[in-house]
Amino acid sequence: MTGGVNSFQVSGYGPERSGWTRLLARDSVVRRLDWPILLSATVLSLLGTLLVYSATRNRTELNQGDPYYFLVRHLLNTGIGLALMAGTVWLGHRALRTAVPVLYGFSVLLILLVLTPLGSTINGAHSWIKLPGGFSLQPSEFVKVTIILGMAMLLAARVDAGDKQYPDHRTVVQALGLAAVPMLIVMLMPDLGSVMVMVIIVLGVLLASGASNRWVFGLLGAGTLGAVTVWQLGVLDDYQIARFAAFANPALDPAGVGYNTNQARIAIGSGGLTGSGLFHGSQTTGQFVPEQQTDFVFTVAGEELGFLGGGLIILLLGIVLWRACRIARETTDLYGTIVAAGIVAWFAFQTFENVGMTLGIMPVTGLPLPFVSYGGSSMFAVWIAVGLLQSIRVQRPMSA
Amino acid sequence: MTNIPETGRNPRVQIRLVVIQVLVLSLLLTLGGRLWYLQIREGAAYAKEASGNHVQQVVEPAVRGSILDARGVALADNETRLVVSASRTDLLKMKDDGKEVLTKLAKVLGMTPKEVQEKVRLCDAKTPQPCWNGSPYQPIPITDEATPKQALQIRERAEDFPGITAEPEAVRRYPSPGKANTAQVLGYLSPVTDEEIKKAQNTNSPYLRSDQVGRSGLERQYDKALRGKAGVTRYEVDNLGRVIGQAEADPAHPGDNLVTSIDSRVQRIAEYQLNEAMKEARKQHDRNTGTNYKADSGAVVVMEAKTGRVVAMASNPTYDPNAWVGGISAKDYTRLTGKSSNYPLLNRAIQGQSAPGSIFKVIPTAAAVNAGYSFNGPYNCSSSYSIGGQVFKNFESQSHGAISLGRALEVSCDTVFYALSHEEWKRDGGTKPKKNANDWFYKTAHQFGLGKETGIDLPNEVTGRVPDRKWKLDYWKANKDVWCRTGKRNGSYAEKIAYENCLEGNRLRAGDSVNYSIGQGDTLVTPIQMATIYSAISNGGTLYNPSVGKAVISADGKTVTPIKPESHGKLPMTQKTRDEIDEALAGVATRGTAAWRFGGWPQDKIPMHAKTGTAEVYGKQTTSWFATYTKDYSIVMTISQGGTGSGASGPAVRNIYNALYGVSEDGDIDSKKALLPAPQKALPKVKTDGTIASPKVSKDPAKDQQAKKKDPNAPDPLQPATAAPPTPENRDTRRRRRRGSRRCLA
Repeated sequence: MTGGVNSFQVSGYGPERSGWTRLLARDSVVRRLDWPILLSATVLSLLGTLLVYSATRNRTELNQGDPYYFLVRHLLNTGIGLALMAGTVWLGHRALRTAVPVLYGFSVLLILLVLTPLGSTINGAHSWIKLPGGFSLQPSEFVKVTIILGMAMLLAARVDAGDKQYPDHRTVVQALGLAAVPMLIVMLMPDLGSVMVMVIIVLGVLLASGASNRWVFGLLGAGTLGAVTVWQLGVLDDYQIARFAAFANPALDPAGVGYNTNQARIAIGSGGLTGSGLFHGSQTTGQFVPEQQTDFVFTVAGEELGFLGGGLIILLLGIVLWRACRIARETTDLYGTIVAAGIVAWFAFQTFENVGMTLGIMPVTGLPLPFVSYGGSSMFAVWIAVGLLQSIRVQRPMSA
Repeated sequence: MTNIPETGRNPRVQIRLVVIQVLVLSLLLTLGGRLWYLQIREGAAYAKEASGNHVQQVVEPAVRGSILDARGVALADNETRLVVSASRTDLLKMKDDGKEVLTKLAKVLGMTPKEVQEKVRLCDAKTPQPCWNGSPYQPIPITDEATPKQALQIRERAEDFPGITAEPEAVRRYPSPGKANTAQVLGYLSPVTDEEIKKAQNTNSPYLRSDQVGRSGLERQYDKALRGKAGVTRYEVDNLGRVIGQAEADPAHPGDNLVTSIDSRVQRIAEYQLNEAMKEARKQHDRNTGTNYKADSGAVVVMEAKTGRVVAMASNPTYDPNAWVGGISAKDYTRLTGKSSNYPLLNRAIQGQSAPGSIFKVIPTAAAVNAGYSFNGPYNCSSSYSIGGQVFKNFESQSHGAISLGRALEVSCDTVFYALSHEEWKRDGGTKPKKNANDWFYKTAHQFGLGKETGIDLPNEVTGRVPDRKWKLDYWKANKDVWCRTGKRNGSYAEKIAYENCLEGNRLRAGDSVNYSIGQGDTLVTPIQMATIYSAISNGGTLYNPSVGKAVISADGKTVTPIKPESHGKLPMTQKTRDEIDEALAGVATRGTAAWRFGGWPQDKIPMHAKTGTAEVYGKQTTSWFATYTKDYSIVMTISQGGTGSGASGPAVRNIYNALYGVSEDGDIDSKKALLPAPQKALPKVKTDGTIASPKVSKDPAKDQQAKKKDPNAPDPLQPATAAPPTPENRDTRRRRRRGSRRCLA
């Protein structure tokens, strides 16, 4: 049979064919890419550029007097994201497999750096590293990737080698330990939103790995128990409790903790079917919704593009998730399956949480909407994830 | 390939992947459903909430209409002042919240930076005055007294003063053309109250916090027309209140102009003459009290007899209406309303009421004729009239023998009216009235319009009082407790009166009917009521609602809404009786009690009719009343504690007529000097640009008139007493108070 690695190397980069022919050949990498995912993610990123621009062109206190400040940077981030994806595809997820320990270690080191004086606090979360040139890095975004890769590497190792049908308990414990270390550090920041995403990622990874039901349900129970314990022990900061309280009762304090949710809902609600038109949303131009270019970017779409625009974003993210699920199901190796499933869990939860909080069905946490929200780290991480998905698809055997 | 086993395809993983996929799908569907719910099902409600979030109203005040006299001369208009204002929204956009700009501005305006900053800060519970309590989106005035130089500095260096404007703005002004003050008729404006703002909030003409509202006089009566309609601009603002766009704008509609029937020249003369008369009265000795007359207040009304339009209306003491402009100072306010102020804000022509004395006699005359008595009589004008042991004397105990009612008016014979009124009282059943008592004397007074408002277009007119049986009873019911508590059979005069009133104050007594018949006792009238009645006698019997407003003209001059004279009835007399009374009142001016004031009057060319009155008020000096009319005008003047009717008011009224008709003291008519020989019928001309043409006004018509009189041949009008000293034959009617007699009745 023709393996993925071989066909990739031979047909994609073979020296015998000229550029265009090579690119467009039936079995070329370009032809074998998952175009729905790529197009959807690109459209989402470009749409995000417009929404971020709309939300920030008047915010002189943020854009330093340049209305295009965020537009340019979001485009730049998208470009870098695409490059990172291409790089990931070029390397291939299996080749990366060998580098996983290094990547994992590097990412944990980065989040440890955040806890040192190098880290800085934005919006109550001490999860950033300030870089020269006005850039800042949020390492927890990259940890999401390395946790997926690391756990997939551990869980799939013996199965892919043909030793076992399912990962054994020891492997599962090792994998959980691998995930727990960065999660604990992120929790110390505290960046509760990211921890929640990582919990969901771990769950998704375990589910896809075929680990026994006991682990899956046990983890669910432990998660619930942990949440209750965290709540009871008062580990949470006041602002986090307030956010949850505001979620439970949005009318609680419309000028205070309930302000975000309230204004967000007004913005989206007032959009109607077609919205007020790009750059014409009164809630957006009036800057009634805080953090509108990042966590609350969906409200811009809701207000200015209406149900059609908001629905389009959900649909495009749905396409990405749907294709990712297919990639997980169709790939032949467990490693690829687990990675794809982890990414699905990550994207799905982050989408649901982000859009859900603007719609008032989820509590407010600082999570970006994949591709759409402004933010370099998040953008790079999700595009790397897309690269992994593409790589898994490209390297799976051609169906007969 | 062997190194890639097919383990990924094992069933458990496969099933779980499907579960994940379904889970993901359901999450996305949840989002979509929720989005549909918010945007489509509840969208309208959220859209409404969003619009309320970000729209702010800015109200542009409408320019208030002018109040003009009959010839178009402005009695109240707007002057342009340079107002320097700051826009808070602009200031807040600056890094230091505009502090630097305000400091610079303070330097230009010669104020301290602190002063300026305090003017711009918003009022709240913690901020004491000075502060701005209007809308934060409204430009906040810092000063309305900027000099042109300061304004230029600000406007030429606009880049140095972002958010600061120096604009000319309209501020109310009462220019007093030719010194015609017209204060009480014009009224005044004062700031709008919270309640009024709330009430007008959702109407099509909302108030500004800085708005002024008419509080009295014409400013109040015609407030709605004068005020116009404020312009409303709705701005979209962001969460910090910064303006991000203009939603919609309704332009301001300037207020209508009000043309009045006032003639500013006649008004000035009326004011001047009233004041002079009062000053003169204060020089006169009052034999009864042993002091000079106090002449504490007075009023005069000049009315067009055929329409009821008011040509002049003066009230004294008076004030400068400009005191209210730009907010009244505490000192001025006390001066105008304090206990020692003597209430100059009162318009005594419509709000001052007192017993009319003999000018009332036209009413019992008509009543007697209506009751069936002959006009010609004869009736015995005896020196006194007794009821039981009580003696009611004629003035100075004169007696004129058997005379007609007309002659009784001329010589103001009290006893004739005593007898008639007493007889009717007896006929009606005396203290035990018949069921269908005619009450001719009281009914007639009501028919003359007394005891109720005349309906003049000025606010807060008082009604006066007809002391009929019903009023007596009501008054007794209201006061008997006090009377019965304080009254003593053998106490002081006041205590005895209270005692009497307690016992029988509920009934109309014989003495009441006698006093009433000559406008004494509890009778109260206002000058405007008497002017209305004498105008009606002049015009053949129509009681017009007096009016000051003549027409409302829109600011562009295109819509002219005339205010037509309206009547509230006819005098209850036949044409014959009217003619007889008319003749008798002419007799008053030619050979009766007012004759000495109309010496040399060209009676053949301008027939003059008059009636004098000197009313007694318990504990005070006599009230001077003088009611007169020609075929075109009626003039009624009263001076409280001023002395006799013709003595105190006579010269002033004569001088007003002289000015109206251009009559000199010796009776020559100079039509060139006549200010208004016939009432002004036409409205002032409206120019094509909507402004109203107005003639030049002399600096002071009263001084002009005096200058005329400085003619060496003419007697000095200011010294009428020396020119024609009163003689017993033609002096005023005047009664002694029936003090002793009253005691007998008890």
